Amino acid sequence: MSEVPAGLHYTASHEWARPEGEQVVVGITAFAVESLQDLVFIELPKLGDEVRRGERFGEIESVKAVSDLYSPVDGSVVAVNEALANDLDRLSRDPYGEGWLIRIAPRTSLPEALAGLLDAAAYRRLIEQEEHGGG
Amino acid sequence: MSAGVRPGQAGGAGQGPPPELASRTIFEESRPGRMAVSLPEPGVPSPGAEALLPAWARRAVPPALPEVGELQLVRHYTRLSQKNLGIDTTFYPLGSCTMKYNPRLNEQIAALPGLADIHPYQDPDQVQGALELFYELEQLLAQLTGLEAVSLQPAAGAHGELTGLMCIRAWHVSRGEAARRTRVLIPDSAHGTNPASVTLCGMEAVPVRTADNGRVHLADLERKLDERVAAFMITNPSTLGLFESELPAMAERLHAAGALVYLDGANLNAMLGVIRPGDLGVDVMHVNLHKTLSTPHGGGGPGSGPIAVRSFLEPFLPVPRIVRGEDGRLRLETDRPQSIGRVKAFLGHAGMVWRAYAYLRAHSGRDLAGVAKHAVLNANYIRVRLRDHYEVAYPGMCMHEVVLSARRQKRLGASALDIAKGLLDRGFHPPTIYFPLIVPEALMIEPTETETRETLDRFCDAMIELAELAARDPEQLRQAPRTLPVRRLDEVRAARQPVLRWRAEPAPADRPPLAEGDACAAASAGVPATR
Repeated sequence: MSEVPAGLHYTASHEWARPEGEQVVVGITAFAVESLQDLVFIELPKLGDEVRRGERFGEIESVKAVSDLYSPVDGSVVAVNEALANDLDRLSRDPYGEGWLIRIAPRTSLPEALAGLLDAAAYRRLIEQEEHGGG
Repeated sequence: MSAGVRPGQAGGAGQGPPPELASRTIFEESRPGRMAVSLPEPGVPSPGAEALLPAWARRAVPPALPEVGELQLVRHYTRLSQKNLGIDTTFYPLGSCTMKYNPRLNEQIAALPGLADIHPYQDPDQVQGALELFYELEQLLAQLTGLEAVSLQPAAGAHGELTGLMCIRAWHVSRGEAARRTRVLIPDSAHGTNPASVTLCGMEAVPVRTADNGRVHLADLERKLDERVAAFMITNPSTLGLFESELPAMAERLHAAGALVYLDGANLNAMLGVIRPGDLGVDVMHVNLHKTLSTPHGGGGPGSGPIAVRSFLEPFLPVPRIVRGEDGRLRLETDRPQSIGRVKAFLGHAGMVWRAYAYLRAHSGRDLAGVAKHAVLNANYIRVRLRDHYEVAYPGMCMHEVVLSARRQKRLGASALDIAKGLLDRGFHPPTIYFPLIVPEALMIEPTETETRETLDRFCDAMIELAELAARDPEQLRQAPRTLPVRRLDEVRAARQPVLRWRAEPAPADRPPLAEGDACAAASAGVPATR
């Protein structure tokens, strides 16, 4: 079972969101990284870009496939992890730490921005279902 | 396969070229002055290039063509071909690609001098027979699809998608609706080419979810259907190998909302001669001649992706159109003000037209439906033989391909990739893996109609053996392939730092250089080096 840290918020499309002050740090989960296998390319937004919950903010390519990245919250991009462009191993190694993708200033208050996202237990159930099937 | 080039296999010495020779490029085989043909002295005065061509049209440096003898040349390319797994040597169940046998009759027809030796710049009056084949193939494809007009220009399936979308867009432009109709709805199981074609056409791809039964999620489609939608792009049977039985109802909803229905015809093999997509409400579709109609696929192409449309879209089809005049002769018509223009040089890939025509004529009537029925039967045979060993992605009958999931094996330590590599060692081309994206550890198997039951059984036996190996010794599977000229390739490096052209190494003292500059300049022979 992939690591699913408590205290983070999750999307069904395998992004995580971590509140820091009034902002939200966004990345993809260990399950996503393991499913993608070897990563080869990432495209992230520019500073100041507007992102919306459930809409695409970038893409990630592995030897298997190209996948869209979906924003967990509405807001604007205030920081981008530029280091990933040359070193995607950071993301494979540490998806919840130095493999973070972007930092977002939410358009609304923090509780409002994060409402409706999955907690760790709910996300764990989701990936269990994906791993063990039934669908 | 020459045994000597198989790493990890004992006893191969003397049975083939040593590995370093087997992997040499033709440029490395080259020696100055060696040649395959000795041309006689010309019997007429030869003034030389300087007298015949202006300075800008002459190369400054001769092209760095490899210099080899005929036998060397034959051996080099024969060796390369032996490293390849192809439909002529191997069962090739590459899902979604319809790697069916390319009948030799097609090749005989395409090689007829009246077809092989004509030139696209010839006057239409001199090539009426060839044009007749274009014209008749258009009619045959119209019959097959249940649509009214056909263009044979697009060079491949994705090119057909783009051409079809451009026609749809032109239709919306003609109705003054193009500005607001910028969205194309696409199921999340679709081929990646669908959203790519939409984007290239300047529109926005909007994904529609897949329901639990593997079909388009009707409520999600309804939710996304508004006046911004230009078209719905659907694949039927879907990439999950499932028949979209609700397509007529969906098409009705789309039409009521002022949008059109595009069918990705990649999976037409499952419906050939049984169902006409036009009867399901489709307005535009492409037909992959290199899949469904047995023309060569992959490296052996080129592909060909004709589109078929309803009559109200005909004015937008690419020019020139082949039309029959009152005198019964065929001519090329270019004066079509609403046309999207030309999408390909001349009339498309003519050689594929001859082959597809031969195939359709050879399989006329009932026979053609037999193609679809056997393709579906073969896929279901594999599904039933493997369903206790692998998870089947969606329950029930499949169409021409079956999508399995190696989730169970993944938990034991061997992924879909490892199983694919294991199949290589057992003499099979692997199925498509990790597609469709919505199925984890997907193995997408499309046997086609041209395989015997014995071949299907050998393949299923190998798949079952691999499932057992995944349970018993997954590490062994992670080491596959062991019997091929190369083992696991560094896919990450190939993607991040691709080496796209070969360059001559500094020549050793006993080997004079081939020529100045890049050996790959040979590829641009005839292009002026300076101007």
